[in-house]
Amino acid sequence: MSERQKIDARGAFCPGPLMELIAALKLAQVGEEIEVLSSDKGSAADIPAWVAKVGHVHVGTTEQDGCWTIIVRKAK
Amino acid sequence: MSKRIVIVGGGLAGTIVANGVCRQLGNELRSGGVSVTMLGTSETHMYQPGLLYVPFGKIREAELFRDQRRVLDRRVNFMIDPAKKIDVDANQVETASGRIIGYDYLVLATGSRIMPQNIPGMTEAGHWFYDLDGARKLREALDNFTGGEVVVNVNAPHKCPVAPLEITFMLYEYFKAKGIGDKCKITYTYPIGRLHALEPVAHWAGPEFERYGIKSETFFNTESVDPAKKTIKSMEGVELPFDLLITIPPHAGAEVITDSDLGKGGWVPTNTRTLQREGSTNVFVCGDTTNIPISKAGSTAHFEADVLIDNLVSLVQEGRPAREYDGKVFCFVETGMNSGTYVWFNYTTPPNPGPPSQMIHWFKLAYNRLYWLSARGLL
Repeated sequence: MSERQKIDARGAFCPGPLMELIAALKLAQVGEEIEVLSSDKGSAADIPAWVAKVGHVHVGTTEQDGCWTIIVRKAK
Repeated sequence: MSKRIVIVGGGLAGTIVANGVCRQLGNELRSGGVSVTMLGTSETHMYQPGLLYVPFGKIREAELFRDQRRVLDRRVNFMIDPAKKIDVDANQVETASGRIIGYDYLVLATGSRIMPQNIPGMTEAGHWFYDLDGARKLREALDNFTGGEVVVNVNAPHKCPVAPLEITFMLYEYFKAKGIGDKCKITYTYPIGRLHALEPVAHWAGPEFERYGIKSETFFNTESVDPAKKTIKSMEGVELPFDLLITIPPHAGAEVITDSDLGKGGWVPTNTRTLQREGSTNVFVCGDTTNIPISKAGSTAHFEADVLIDNLVSLVQEGRPAREYDGKVFCFVETGMNSGTYVWFNYTTPPNPGPPSQMIHWFKLAYNRLYWLSARGLL
């Protein structure tokens, strides 16, 4: 598997973590994983919900000191 | 030995850097201690935000363009010879004509471009205003439009993040003024779960949409367009009919970036503070070209360019960089044909737009001309 891509969207007000993830997924290969770092609690909920809706895989989410790490795998 | 500063790209970012460096390094340029070279793709410089007004006939096309040589400081060695391959290990750029240009400091300002062709059916059925040809075609389509379903469709990633909302409000007023407001139904689609990436802007836009009867479809990432059926479908499974489709197409960075293995999609991995390319100390990135997760906008390019000017000058004169970029972005937001507001933020300060007013709209109109002072490095 290729190296996991990391998007550090902490403190990113615009376009924000989910929009960055959407853009990155368009460039990723199927099976590739992307790790999004976010300081926005809303994104921690929105990202897994959106990922499930469009058929990618939410690998997991962890939270530490107000920073969420959300890992997503491109599935199609 | 002369320090060679090479700037790849002649858009706003590259132009501000070139002019700013020349203004501050007058002695070094005179003595031959420094040279500034720009590799551009066009003889003309376009004021891109002005494209928003073209479909409505609110700006003359000639107002969008200036001769790039006249915008640039005369001390810039400007070549219309696009970069074809950038070798950051050998510190050199190969151009389309076959020149090999060495550098001590490189600024990558290659910008972004629209990619409607990445969505099946979009080029056949969609209109856009992010380039002049598209804006002209949209103007013609609007002239001939007598009513129906209008879809304003936003795709990620895209530059000028408030333009989709601006055109939506302007369309509403345009249709109303044309006397066909009651025959036009506007639906705005957006990739994430609100009307705009900036939360306060989204909160402001929601009630405005309600007031104007503009419908919205959030979590809408375009999968395809069917030109025969005149429908647009999202990855999330929603299909919308349209009589007029106006898209903000997904963007990509420049081909030379991907051809040179400098970044996926044409976006160069960049340090968010120093604006150095990750892995390089003498390669800087400016404007849309970076992969920094902030707005791709003219103001971003401007504020980054100001930092790069200070750092390049300081590196040449003192051998050390001067300061860091704080993530500042400023955007005017046209809220109709006669009102506007603005929003600014940086890495640590969240956005907080004020109430729209006619005065801010006038200031935006004034900026449409003041832009040329910005590009020249005077504002």
